[in-house]
Amino acid sequence: MADPVIVGESLTQKFGTRTIFRDVSFTVAPGEIFVILGGSGCGKSTLLRQVIGLLPPTAGRVSVLGHDMYRDAEAVRERIGVMFQSGALLGSMTLLENVMLPLSMLTDLPEPACEKVARVKLALVGLADAAALMPAEISGGMAKRAAIARALALDPELLFLDEPSAGLDPITSAGLDKLILQLRHDLGSTFVVVTHELQSILAIADRCLMLDKAAQGVIAMGDPKVLRETSTQPVVRAFFRREAMDTAA
Amino acid sequence: MALAAKQALTVERSGAETVLRFAGPLDVAATAQLWSRALREAAKLRGQKLTLDLAGVPLCDTAGATLLLEIERLQGAPVTMTGATEKVAAVLAQTKAATAQPTRAAPPPAQSWRSVLSDAIGVAAGGVAFLGEVVVAWVRLPSRLRLFRLSDLLRQADQAGVQAVPLVVLLGTLIGLILAFQSLIPMRQFGADIYVASLVAIGLVRELGPLLAAVVLAGRSGSAFAAEIGTMKVNQELDALDVMGLDPVTMLVLPRLLAGLVVAPMLTVVMNFSGLIGMSLVLVGDGIPLVAIGNQVAYWVVPKDVWTGLGKAALFGAVVAAIGCRAGLNTGVGPRAVGLSATAAVVGGIVAAIVLDGGFAVLFYQLGI
Repeated sequence: MADPVIVGESLTQKFGTRTIFRDVSFTVAPGEIFVILGGSGCGKSTLLRQVIGLLPPTAGRVSVLGHDMYRDAEAVRERIGVMFQSGALLGSMTLLENVMLPLSMLTDLPEPACEKVARVKLALVGLADAAALMPAEISGGMAKRAAIARALALDPELLFLDEPSAGLDPITSAGLDKLILQLRHDLGSTFVVVTHELQSILAIADRCLMLDKAAQGVIAMGDPKVLRETSTQPVVRAFFRREAMDTAA
Repeated sequence: MALAAKQALTVERSGAETVLRFAGPLDVAATAQLWSRALREAAKLRGQKLTLDLAGVPLCDTAGATLLLEIERLQGAPVTMTGATEKVAAVLAQTKAATAQPTRAAPPPAQSWRSVLSDAIGVAAGGVAFLGEVVVAWVRLPSRLRLFRLSDLLRQADQAGVQAVPLVVLLGTLIGLILAFQSLIPMRQFGADIYVASLVAIGLVRELGPLLAAVVLAGRSGSAFAAEIGTMKVNQELDALDVMGLDPVTMLVLPRLLAGLVVAPMLTVVMNFSGLIGMSLVLVGDGIPLVAIGNQVAYWVVPKDVWTGLGKAALFGAVVAAIGCRAGLNTGVGPRAVGLSATAAVVGGIVAAIVLDGGFAVLFYQLGI
């Protein structure tokens, strides 16, 4: 079996005296679509920020593509792509310029080549016609796809997507799921996706890690379809069966 | 909103036991009427055997249930509740369960002089760290030239400089005019009207020109830098730059810093000329010939005054821009944070310019400049 591309060991995050999660350990295999899931406020995005090197963990360590994200992150930056929850497109640039940004800043490609590559990436996510539009002129779904195109700009080995389906209608959301599966098939990239959209999880995930706010850590890990059928954890069962929990308990 | 329902509370004592008998719906309106009296009665009966008779209560909402539970809390011991209908009992049980949930949020720690001092040290350390980051970005700029966008520098210089010219002309003219008017009255008593020209000119060129240009820069551009970068932070655009390996300080801070450094002396020149024009209008109106005013200014204002003024302006411009950018980079979470950053940029920029100007005044005096 190939070496894992991400290794998280005993990751803990505290803000002041408040513990978000503790002792979270996991690995992600090459080519895998790994989903971090859980209810609102359980620390999914916080864990993602730790993994991509934006938030130093209170304890534990994370290595991505063999590099420690807090000592050697520079070595990894050009090999990963990140799509943030809001899209985080630079508002003063067109979609084409946004996708060109990492190409023109981090590679020696001449400007026309950067533009051509950026147009290919936009076409990959179905936005070939929207290259000249500004982020303020496009819908939420288009912004997310443009953000994926920018994340894909340098052909990264690893793509991190934070809540790609959040705030989207079911059809657009399903389209994004299809796009993720297609990109994995075409490019062979590894995906780490943070979401709590059940349909998306079941559609795309090879494996998932479930965080829980009350447990302050991981309560389940594995194939989501198997977890849905076999888990005995009340929270896991409730999540996959869309059942309400007794919040007073 | 619920209508004020008719609700009665009677207190019956029989031996060691007291019964609080409620009659009528116990909704939010009725609870509002009963709250003080019911709690007063409960406080009097603390520790005694107490029964709440709810047989006459056809409905009860969360407010009513909260009142009953508050009575129980004040009593200090479980009270007997009798006669509650199924619906009333259900609301009571639900409210009790919700009240019993532990609240995780700890109360905010009280502000002590130690925490204030620690915050102040933190802010100062943050300032030093930012200064260090800027210096490192400058040093590493030759190897990261492609991150430095010339178009961004020109855009910032246009917004901070060219677009500020009308405001600077207006302010400069008015300041010159006011200074001349105010100086003319006492100077005329000594027959020294002509010296108003030299007084105002030296004051403008050495002190007021650079200082007012810095104030305009802080108000217009420092706040704009903070708001623009702050919004980028709120929208995760800075995170996106970070994970792409693009240094936000080189990409966003350096062009603004350079723009501030370059446009502040230029705005100072415009401010100085406008002030001299305003002053001339007053003095010409007072009957002093324009040639005499010109000669007076040329005689008293020496090149050293101009260069020190412009040098100070350049430093003020860079500091105001840096404070604006830092406020933007330090923006917190949520829509209020951007407003707070813009305010911090304006206040910080103006205070820093005045403090620096005070320092320069002392320094130049000591050096005899």
